[in-house]
Amino acid sequence: MLQFLARRLLVAVLVCLTVLTFAFALTRLAGDLAISIAGPNSTAEDIEVVRKAYGLDRPLVTQFFDWVSRAVVGDFGRSYFFREKVSTLIFDRLPITLTLGLVGLGIALSVALPLGVISALREGRPVDRIISLVALLGQAMPSFWLGLVLMITFGLHLGWLPISGTGTWQHFVMPGTVLAFSAIPALMRLTRAGMIDAMSADYIRTARAKGLSRTSIVLKHAARNAAMPVVSIAAVQLGFMLGGSIVIETVFALHGVGFLAWESISKNDFPTVQAVVLLLAIIYTLLTLGADLLNAVLDPRLRAA
Amino acid sequence: MSALLEVEDLEISFGALDAVRGASLEVRRGETHCLVGESGCGKSVTALAVMGLLPSNGARRAKRLAFDGKDILGLDEKGMSRLRGDRMAMIFQEPMTSLNPAYTVGSQMAEVLIRHRGASKRAALDRAAELLARVRITSPGMRLGQYPHQLSGGLRQRVMIAMALMCDPELLIADEPTTALDVTVQAQILRLLADLQKDLGLAILLITHDLGVVARTAHRVSVMYAGEVVESSPVDRLFHRPMHPYTRGLLSCVPVPGKIRRDQPLGSIPGMVPHVTRGFEGCAFRQRCPLTRPDCAGPIERRHPDPDRDYLCQIAPNEMAAP
Amino acid sequence: MSRWRSWGRNWGLWLGAFIVGFTLFVAIFAPMVATQDPFAQDLSRRLVPPSWMEGGRPQHFLGTDGLGRDYFARLVYGARISMLIGIATVVTSGIIGIALGVVGGFFGGRIDDVILFTITARLSIPLILVALAVVSLVGSSLTVVVATLGLLLWDRFAVVARVATMQVRTLDYVAAAWSAGCSQPYIVMREILPNILSPLAVVATLEMALAILLEAALSFLGLGVPPPLPSWGLMIAEAKDYMFFNPWVIMVPGMSLFVLVFGINLLGDGLRDLLRTGRVA
Repeated sequence: MLQFLARRLLVAVLVCLTVLTFAFALTRLAGDLAISIAGPNSTAEDIEVVRKAYGLDRPLVTQFFDWVSRAVVGDFGRSYFFREKVSTLIFDRLPITLTLGLVGLGIALSVALPLGVISALREGRPVDRIISLVALLGQAMPSFWLGLVLMITFGLHLGWLPISGTGTWQHFVMPGTVLAFSAIPALMRLTRAGMIDAMSADYIRTARAKGLSRTSIVLKHAARNAAMPVVSIAAVQLGFMLGGSIVIETVFALHGVGFLAWESISKNDFPTVQAVVLLLAIIYTLLTLGADLLNAVLDPRLRAA
Repeated sequence: MSALLEVEDLEISFGALDAVRGASLEVRRGETHCLVGESGCGKSVTALAVMGLLPSNGARRAKRLAFDGKDILGLDEKGMSRLRGDRMAMIFQEPMTSLNPAYTVGSQMAEVLIRHRGASKRAALDRAAELLARVRITSPGMRLGQYPHQLSGGLRQRVMIAMALMCDPELLIADEPTTALDVTVQAQILRLLADLQKDLGLAILLITHDLGVVARTAHRVSVMYAGEVVESSPVDRLFHRPMHPYTRGLLSCVPVPGKIRRDQPLGSIPGMVPHVTRGFEGCAFRQRCPLTRPDCAGPIERRHPDPDRDYLCQIAPNEMAAP
Repeated sequence: MSRWRSWGRNWGLWLGAFIVGFTLFVAIFAPMVATQDPFAQDLSRRLVPPSWMEGGRPQHFLGTDGLGRDYFARLVYGARISMLIGIATVVTSGIIGIALGVVGGFFGGRIDDVILFTITARLSIPLILVALAVVSLVGSSLTVVVATLGLLLWDRFAVVARVATMQVRTLDYVAAAWSAGCSQPYIVMREILPNILSPLAVVATLEMALAILLEAALSFLGLGVPPPLPSWGLMIAEAKDYMFFNPWVIMVPGMSLFVLVFGINLLGDGLRDLLRTGRVA
């Protein structure tokens, strides 16, 4: 178990370092960064000034190590556009994105888990086929379009929910639902597959032979064993949702990290872009790491190994 | 006194396949009844059908299926689940996978008593510890907190047995409980079952393909072939004078000390158990039977050589030569 | 009941194949399907509703957009972009992913560790964000979108190819090829690749659907296919300003996108079932 943990941690650190390099390389992709920052109408002198001001005249290797050495202590420099520390910018907006992601995951789980379980218990029957079809439909839904459709329907025509902003919990219902849509099919499929596996296991026959109630058989004996892959995929999906929040936050004008990323991309504000890419990668890595740990708690066999 | 378990004309089918075709048997209180036969002859599904645990694609019909004189054929899932684990319990062939890997031995045992008797967790765990000791597991208190993967196969089967005994059942159905275990462990488990039966007055329906197990444990034997009970007899008379050609074949495959001669090779039954589909007529063993006759393809008569014996064959007892 | 099920399964496969085939047909023969110019603006005929709605005109079957361009023509030419993006991305990412996966699965050991790490690192990178950043930095064009998505969407190909290769390489006929002294490239190309193609076909449909959705999202955010190209995502972005009063302007491209992606997913699902049952038989 300790060895497994150590190995997982090492991989996580290596992944973060790789992304660190990647994020740096990403912004140097365009060729001359100074020209991009200075903007299309700038003169040669302007560009030179920018180059000096941002330290872009130094060798690439120096720039890289300078960036890395600051990044590992959480200093991502100042935003070119917002004239503020990048770390402050991000942490001011992180709560909104995290709320959105958690609301999305909550909705996704509360839809996907029951549907997956029902589907598994009715395997091959019409109910199962209908649920599978609905999952397929959900998977095909372009999230930004779904967001707009919901805005028209629930925001404009029915007037049930606010169309944009972050003032109350109601503001998170529509964006959370849209975000959940992308995660539901995968979660549901895995729940279904896990439950089908578990329900055909010998220990379920034992549980029935013990005369346990249907509820206890399904929710205690089968679900616990089906939960492990679901935990892993839920962590991955939450990571994807946080990454995907860039689209949703733009559609619903939620001023979270995703919106910040979109703004800084369109304003060529590279320190911010780099930092957001890195942050999302770190969150994703931590989530998968957390899922592995949670699985070790859930599965006594893993715990002992 | 009527038998504890009465099965009359049980039929089980999976789609077009008839797994069991009119099997009848009785298990009396305090008696070990062995159900013997090759794999695929319908022993296990018979047991599952009695427990109401057939897979959803299996259909069960019977003239009578009664437990303690009461019909259980008409019971729904809820009614059956009240009997299962309480008055009738079952253990399985696969000790490695029959316990839930996610829960401790103690919690899996305790839930039986909690479910059927409304016992407190504390009391249920005490009872579990007591039964673990009873099935001769050392330091039961520690075992309660362990997970199945920490136990050997033999220990797991003991746990399964102890778990089956939680509510003092009257009937224990054991489906090949020792097949997956080492020979030494097999002997221990069988002795344990025999002792428990003596002490608790359990009725045991023991399913096995091993005639050695039968000889050691059974009071009564039913031999199944292709979904039918072809012979049913008290154990001593079955071994002394098997009637059905299939029983004879089975016995000739087993070396019995003092009964075999050096120059005589062990027997074997050529061929395989046929899969019987709907509309099958006559004796299912006739293709493999050394004594087959033309009328074996017609309806077969059940014969009663003694009051408590019967077998299913065209050949009358007096025509049947001694083996 | 099994008959009903097999019919139901094939029904999905056929419907999916029909949707994809139909879209492909429309995309290829766009100039013949749509008689009007998708780029021609007519500011005097802006936001004409579809012909069956009140105020619709027969010459604009699906109406016009905010610049008076024929919506049907834009939709038809938009199919070209979606199909092009979908297919080109799958080819690019397929080559990368399959190469990585097969190498990892075939050689195992340290090489496989490196490949596995690459996949893990790739998965941790936020997809849309990086795609947006790249397109913004390099400049938006169809080629850039395809290249970016192709370079990002290879992970599932690699995962599936890796596992499938591991399974295949232990099989008897591969061992036979080894012992017959066949070279490694020969074994990979002739013995392994043909035998892992079927699961990869399913992945290809999934990735194609994802690529089409991502292109639409990028274009919607203004960093995908540049205007005035009629990408469905871009059409939705351009229609956003009018959607509260003319909801059909986002329904037309949105439904098209939805139906196409649904069709591709149905096809993939059908293929998966077909392969699964095919393997059992």
